[in-house]
Amino acid sequence: MPMALSTQTATDDDQNILLARIDNARSVSNILKAIHFKETATVFASPMGLKVTVEDAKCIQANAFIQEGIFQEYVIKEEQITFKINLTILLECLTIFGTGAVGGSCTSLKMCYAGYGRPLVLMLEEEGVLTDCSIKTLEPDEVLDFNFSSTNVINKIIMKSECLKEAFNELDMTSDVLEFLMSPDAPYLRLSTFGNAGSTHSDFPKDSDMMESFQCAQTQTNRYKVSLLKPSVKALALSSRVSIRTDNRGFLSLQYMIKNEDGQICFVEYYCAPDEDVDDPEH
Amino acid sequence: MRFRGKLIDIACIQHFTRVVTTVSKIIKGCVLRITPSAMYFILSEKVINGGIQIWCELPQGHFFDEYAMEGVSPEANEIYLELAPENLVKALKTAQIAKWVKIKLTKKHTPCITVEVDLPTLGSHSRVVVHDIPVSVVPRRLWEEYQEPVMPHYDVSIMMPQIKVLRSVVDKMKNLSNVLSLSANQQGELRVSVENDMVSVSTHFEDLLNPASSRDDMGQNSNQCEPDEYFEVKIDIRKFAQFLAGQQVSPSRVICNIVDNRIVHFYLVNDDVSLQYFMPVMVS
Repeated sequence: MPMALSTQTATDDDQNILLARIDNARSVSNILKAIHFKETATVFASPMGLKVTVEDAKCIQANAFIQEGIFQEYVIKEEQITFKINLTILLECLTIFGTGAVGGSCTSLKMCYAGYGRPLVLMLEEEGVLTDCSIKTLEPDEVLDFNFSSTNVINKIIMKSECLKEAFNELDMTSDVLEFLMSPDAPYLRLSTFGNAGSTHSDFPKDSDMMESFQCAQTQTNRYKVSLLKPSVKALALSSRVSIRTDNRGFLSLQYMIKNEDGQICFVEYYCAPDEDVDDPEH
Repeated sequence: MRFRGKLIDIACIQHFTRVVTTVSKIIKGCVLRITPSAMYFILSEKVINGGIQIWCELPQGHFFDEYAMEGVSPEANEIYLELAPENLVKALKTAQIAKWVKIKLTKKHTPCITVEVDLPTLGSHSRVVVHDIPVSVVPRRLWEEYQEPVMPHYDVSIMMPQIKVLRSVVDKMKNLSNVLSLSANQQGELRVSVENDMVSVSTHFEDLLNPASSRDDMGQNSNQCEPDEYFEVKIDIRKFAQFLAGQQVSPSRVICNIVDNRIVHFYLVNDDVSLQYFMPVMVS
């Protein structure tokens, strides 16, 4: 019963091994929306903050980082807490009072977790109206380790998100793959699709205002499944800057810098494995 | 049987349209009852179809400048017509800038409610739009199905919180379950909650008023309960969401009356219109 639940959480604060409180729940929900392309997510809580991971097809992984400083209160009693949760339901709960930013009203959130097998308890409040949610936590799965290390990074570009947004919003979804070309020489950065209506190429010159950092050591051409990368548009849309990196195996890392309503900065990253079939004949 | 009414004041025309729109958002088909003093939109669903009952009363004097009717007979001076309120909304769409609107019962190929709208023109010629809405006349032997529902002896009566907030909450809850638990107590607290196998969500509203009515005094049993005791109904969340979404009239008060585990009764009061909405508990 919800009634029993609310009284339990009100008195048993010290039983919680994780407690996080934030004045604006949208700071959390917006970041989580950026990785919401699958029903379930794995939550890793540590003294640094929360990391929420969503994966698909063993080829793509998205991580949202909500560092401890974003919260007004963040108490954790263990080094690492891991659980799986239904992200769709979590988002429904976080946005129970609606998502409209109008009117300046703001939903505050208190989030508690009392340990393995216990539910994630949310207490939301907006203008004197209270909502209690209790979401079942699930046994965490092993998440993929893409083994993406900065020492193996070949090419790295940091740019303002704006120009990528246009390219990604108009992605030709009839193309199976999106090709990233990164090179120290022209065309420097080229995104290509190969769809029913023909191929498209978008080039981004190295010395434009949009480009903040350009460190490409060698020419690399890798293809990634469009269907896998498409969800990253949500993160891109929220972000102000993006870092594009590829390593020696052709793995792609996209890191998005997202500023929330209070001007704080959070990160969302996507890792994607290259599309093997296409790479084979070339190498 | 005869009926004709004329609306002249633009505010009345618009208000009438809003009321009909509200009704049309909640139900597809209803009965229009016309009496010498008022117009009623009535829905009386069979229990098997959900058992929802709606009773919306518009005193004719508040809306109509001219109003003349003649019922089936002098002793049964009423008219009952079945119609789709949506059609009436469509007919009234052009009326929002009208000089006047006439609503008449006519006999074309079938009985019709004819809506005549006189639109303003620059020239001297008039521009009248005529809509014929087919209706079927409810025979007298079936009238008793459309009598005003008896106000139940409720266990708790409470003013609803801001519809806008409640609507947003219920819209989210709709994605989690088909059944909504609605409960309230005599301490001004109202709670809506849903549950499924993954999650339970409960939203609490506080500091609401508990209207004290004469009915309350008559229903002595309601005084015996503890003021913080909750009375609950489990209702169809989709229908409830539809009801909340349909609110166009921005009523001055919405009262929610609960009969524990049986029925919930919403009473929307504006200065000139009242709408009652009865929703029985879901039979699972």
